[in-house]
Amino acid sequence: MSLVLDSKVPPGPLDQKWSQHKINSALINPANKRKFTILVVGSGLAGGAAAATLSELGYKVKCFCYQDSPRRAHSIAAQGGINAAKNYQNDGDSVFRLFYDTIKGGDFRSREANVYRLAEVSANIIDQCVAQGVPFAREYGGLLDNRSFGGAQVKRTFYARGQTGQQLLLGCYQALEKEIRRGGVEMFPQTEMLDLVVADGHAKGIITRDLRTGQIDAHVADAVILATGGYGNAFYLSTNAMGCNVMAAYRAHRRGALFANPCYTQIHPTCIPVSGDYQSKLTLMSESLRNDGRIWVPREKATAEKLRQGAIEPREIAEEDRDYYLERKYPSFGNLSPRDIASRSAKEVCDEGRGVAPTGKGVFLDFRDAIERDGAEAIKARYGNLFQMYEKIHGDDPYATPMQIYPAVHYTMGGLWVDYDLMSNIPGLHVLGEANFSDHGANRLGASALMQGLADGYFVIPATIANYLATQTPGSVTASHPEFKRCKEQVRDRIATILQVRGRRSVDSFHRELGTTLWDHCGMERNREGLQKALKEIPRIRDEFWENVAVPGNASELNQELEKAGRVADFLEFGELLCHDALHREESCGGHFRTEYQFTADDEEVRDGRTQPGEAKRDDTHFTYVAAWEFTDVGKRPTLHKEPLHFEEVTPSIRSYK
Amino acid sequence: MNVLARTTTSFARSSIGKKIIVALTGIPLLLFLPGHLAGNLLVFVGPDAINEYGLWLHNLGHGAAVWVARAGLLAVFAIHVIVTIQLTRQNKAARPAYAHPGTIQASRSSRIMIWSGLTILAFVIYHILHFTARVGNDFGGAAYKTTVHGEPAHDVYKMMIDGFSWAPASIFYMIALTLLCSHLSHGFASVFQTLGLRSAKTEGLIKFLGWAYALVIWLGFLSIPVAIWIFGYGR
Amino acid sequence: MNLTLKVWRQDGPNDKGRIETHEARDIPEEASFLEMLDIVNEGIITGGGAPIAFDHDCREGICGTCSLTINGVPHGPDRGVTACQLHMRRFRDGDTIWIEPFRAHAFPVLKDLVVDRSAFDRIIAAGGYVSVRTGAAPDAHAIPVEKENADAAFDAATCIGCGACVAACKNASAMLFVSAKASHLNHLPQGEPEKHRRVLGMVRQMDEEGFGNCTNQYECEAACPKSISVDNIALLNRNYAAATAHEAAVAP
Repeated sequence: MSLVLDSKVPPGPLDQKWSQHKINSALINPANKRKFTILVVGSGLAGGAAAATLSELGYKVKCFCYQDSPRRAHSIAAQGGINAAKNYQNDGDSVFRLFYDTIKGGDFRSREANVYRLAEVSANIIDQCVAQGVPFAREYGGLLDNRSFGGAQVKRTFYARGQTGQQLLLGCYQALEKEIRRGGVEMFPQTEMLDLVVADGHAKGIITRDLRTGQIDAHVADAVILATGGYGNAFYLSTNAMGCNVMAAYRAHRRGALFANPCYTQIHPTCIPVSGDYQSKLTLMSESLRNDGRIWVPREKATAEKLRQGAIEPREIAEEDRDYYLERKYPSFGNLSPRDIASRSAKEVCDEGRGVAPTGKGVFLDFRDAIERDGAEAIKARYGNLFQMYEKIHGDDPYATPMQIYPAVHYTMGGLWVDYDLMSNIPGLHVLGEANFSDHGANRLGASALMQGLADGYFVIPATIANYLATQTPGSVTASHPEFKRCKEQVRDRIATILQVRGRRSVDSFHRELGTTLWDHCGMERNREGLQKALKEIPRIRDEFWENVAVPGNASELNQELEKAGRVADFLEFGELLCHDALHREESCGGHFRTEYQFTADDEEVRDGRTQPGEAKRDDTHFTYVAAWEFTDVGKRPTLHKEPLHFEEVTPSIRSYK
Repeated sequence: MNVLARTTTSFARSSIGKKIIVALTGIPLLLFLPGHLAGNLLVFVGPDAINEYGLWLHNLGHGAAVWVARAGLLAVFAIHVIVTIQLTRQNKAARPAYAHPGTIQASRSSRIMIWSGLTILAFVIYHILHFTARVGNDFGGAAYKTTVHGEPAHDVYKMMIDGFSWAPASIFYMIALTLLCSHLSHGFASVFQTLGLRSAKTEGLIKFLGWAYALVIWLGFLSIPVAIWIFGYGR
Repeated sequence: MNLTLKVWRQDGPNDKGRIETHEARDIPEEASFLEMLDIVNEGIITGGGAPIAFDHDCREGICGTCSLTINGVPHGPDRGVTACQLHMRRFRDGDTIWIEPFRAHAFPVLKDLVVDRSAFDRIIAAGGYVSVRTGAAPDAHAIPVEKENADAAFDAATCIGCGACVAACKNASAMLFVSAKASHLNHLPQGEPEKHRRVLGMVRQMDEEGFGNCTNQYECEAACPKSISVDNIALLNRNYAAATAHEAAVAP
C-alpha cells in the first residue's frame, strides 16, 4: 500500500503562497483557544519558541525536555549566526536570493514553497529576537552588524560573537519562562517522551518518564508537537550534546509517522580530531577559522608517518613538501570550499596515509601565514577564544603550531515527513526544527539551522496548527482511551526488558560499536557494498544489545544508564533505516555522497568545465523526490513512499566550486 | 499598610536591602573613626591639648551634641550589628559544607568579617565601660578632675595614660584594633560595591583606598598603647 | 595516569550521603575530566556496581549542565572553563581528587553529583525577560543601541546558568546569576520599561529560594566559567535601591 503524500503546498505564485495561506487558514476564537491543550516536546529554538508563542496566543501548553532546564537544549551550542534577508548591508540580498541560496545549497532536494516561506519570515525573526533583548553584534552607529558566512556572497548573517545559538535560545527561554509564570505553559523538565499515543488515527498524547523519579505518565492533548532535534548521535561521536537522541521522532515513526531522507547527514569539516577510544564527543571549531587558516597535509606519506610518531615538528616541513590540497583542487574557493567538499577531501588525504593526528585522522589548519600577514594580535582579536578552546582541549598552542582538525557529524537534514503546515502524516502530530525534514534538502547552509528552528516555532506553527485544531473538538480524547493504557504498558514492558538483561557490556560500548559501523559505512562517503555490510552488522549489534547489555539499578530512580539504554536501543533500529535510505538513493547529493556516483574526467560536464572530477553526481531524473519511509517491523525493510519535488521557480543546476 | 510602609518593609527584609542597610550604617562608623583618632592623637601634644578638646566636646551645643552623637552612633552601630547577624545566620543556613572546601580568591579579611565584627563588638562594649562609663575603675573619681583655662574638666590625658598602662587593656585593645583594621579593609571597599558605586575601572583605586584607610586607622590608634604601654610615654 | 577519587555518593534526595573512594586506573592525559568519570563508570558497570551519577550534556562548555566541585572549587582548578572543558593533563599521576556536587540548600542533591537547579528557572520567570509578544516587534533597526551598552549586555548575557557562582560562594548566594540576567536586559533599551519590576521580582524570588547573601568576596566571579564580572552585582544593588524608591514613589 502506498500512501499519498500530500504536501498541501498552497496554490498561487511562490512569493504569495504564505500570505495567501495565512488568509485562508482557519482561525480559532480566543475563548476556544484555551480549551485546546498542545504538547510540545523539546525546548530548543523550535520547541521553546512554539511553546511560548502558542501560550501567548491562548492555548494551553505543556512543554517537555530531558534537560534539567529548557535553557540547556542543544540549540545553545550553535556558534556562527543566523541568516535573515534583511538586506541591511545594501549588498543585493533579498528574500528570493536567500531562498535560492538555500535551495541550491540543499542540492535541489527540498520543497520550494517551504524554503521560500523560511526566507520570507527570516526578517521577522531578527525583529523578534532584538525586541526580546538578544544582544546581537552592533556597529558603533548602534545598528546591527552582519557578516558573510559559509561562503555566501552577501552579508546576511546576524551574530552574537561565537555564541549566537546561546543568545537566541536564552531569548526564547526567557519568553517561555514568562509564559510559565503566567500559567500558560506547564513545564516538565527532566522528562523524556518514550512514546506517542495515536488514538483513532490522531496523535493525542505522549507517554513520558520523569527522569528523577522514574514515574511513567500519560499526557493527553488535542495536538502534539515534536521539536526534538536531529539524530546525529546515531554515529556516537558527533558535535551533538551527549543527551541528543532520536527517541521521540523514532517512537513516532514506529507509530506510523514517515521518516524522510534520513541519509542526508551533514559532516562538519572543522572539528578537533578524535584522540582515543574513551572519546565521548567531538568539539566543533567555528567554520570562520577557515577564513584565515590554510589547510594542508604533507605531500609524502613518509613525512606524515614521522609527524604521527613525533619524530618531526610540523613547522620543520618545508613549503614545497606541503600539500594545500583544497587550494590545489579548488583554486577559486580554496580553504572556503563547502563543508562536504572540505570534509571529503580531508578524508581522502587521510585515507592515502597522509593524515597528521596520532590516529592518522587529522589535517592541519595553519595560521602561520595569517599571523605573518596580519600579526598575532589581529589573529588573536579574531579567533582568540577559539584558539584558547583548542589549546584547552588539545594541548597545543595554535599560535605556534598548526591546529589539527577532522570532520565530524554535525547536523541531520532528514527527519519526520511534514506537509506545508508542518504536520506529519499522522493527523495532529506536528514536527518542527531539525526534527523535521522540511527546509534544508540534502544539505544545510551555515547559519540556517537557527533560522529554521525559530521560523517554525515563532511564525509557522502558530499560524498553521489552527488548520488542524479547527477540525477537532477540544478534549475529545481523554486518558481513559484504551490506547493510553496500552502504550503505557508497552513503555513499562520495554523498560523492564532492558533492566532484566543484566548483561556484561555497558550501553556506551554498544553505542560506540554502532557509531563506528555507521561512520565507516554510512558516513562521509557511502557505497553499496559498505551499506550492505552495515545492514548486516547493525542487527547483529542490536541482537547482542538485547542479550548482553548491562544496565544497573532500577526503573524508579534517577538512572542515567537506563536513559541511555533506551536511546541507544532506538538508535540501533534507526541506524538500519539510515542505511536503507542511503542504499536506495543511488545518486550523490548534498550530505549524501555515494562513491559510485561522482563525476569523472570522462563526463561531459567535466570536459566542458561545468564541474570537476570527484563532485557529487545527482540524478534528477530518478531521484527528485523526498524519500519517506514507513515503519514495518524491527529488522524489516521499511516501505518507501515518494513525494515528488517540483521546481517552478528555479532550475536545478550542477554546482561547481572550482 | 500603605505603599511606603510596604516598600520599606520588603526592602528591609530583602537580601540586598539588608546589605544596603549594613553599608549605610557602616558609613557613619567609617567617618567616626578618623575623628575619634584625631582627637585621641592630641594625647601626643600634651595634657592641655587633649583635655581642652575633651571639654570642648562636652560643651558643644550646650552639652547636647555629645549625647546626640553618642545616641546616633550607638543606634547605627546596633543596626549594623543586628542586620549583619541576621545576614550571617541566613548565610550559614544557605550553604551545606563541603567535605573538601576550597577558596579561590576571597580575601582572609572578607572571610572573617563576622568574627572580626563580633570581636569589635566585644571591644566596643569594653571600651565604653572602660573610658565612657568608667566601670570598674576610678577614672571618674577626684584624681581625674582637672581644670582647663580655669574651668573644671575631666583629665582625659591622665585617664589614657593610666588606662593603657595596664597590660591586659592594652593587649586587648591592640588585638581588637588589628581585627578592626581587617574589618575596615573589606568593609570600606564593600560599601562601594553594595551601594553600586564600584566598577572594574575603580576597583583598584577603591581597594587601595580601603587598605590605606584601614592602615592609617590601625597605625594611628595603635600608636597610643604602644607609646604608653611599651615605651612608657607620659608615665 | 592513576588517580584516587574521593567522590560524593548519595542514593537520593533523602539519603545522608557519604564520600566514597574510587581508583581511576590508566587514564589517558588527553581525556577530559568527564571522560575520566566515563572510564571509571565503565569499570563500575562491568563490575556490577552502581555508576556515579553526574550531570553533563554538551561537553563543550555552553549548556551549563555539568556541575562538579573539584577539590573544593566549582568546575575545578582552571579559570574560565566548565568541568567538561577541564582535561586530565591538568592533574598529576597519583593525585587524589575530591569530587562533590554544587552545594547549596537551594540546590538539593538528587543523586550523587546531580543537583536540582530549578530555582534558577523560577528566578528568570520572576522577571528575567522582556515582555514582547511574538509578532509584535518593531523593525530590528528601529531602536539603535549604543555599542558600549550592547557589549556590556552581551558580557552579562554569556551566563550559562550552571550555578558555579552559588556553589563557590561561602553563603550560597545567587547574586552573580541574578545580576547577570538583570544587567543583560537593563543595559538595553528594549529592557528599560520593565527594569524596576524585573529587579524587584527577580530579587524577591531569589530570596524566597533560600540563597544566601552576597558578602562581596567575589568567589563567584573567580569560579564563573564565563568570567562574568561582579560589576553586575554592584549594578543590581544600585538598580534595586532605585527600583524600591520608584515603587515607593510611583506604584499605586
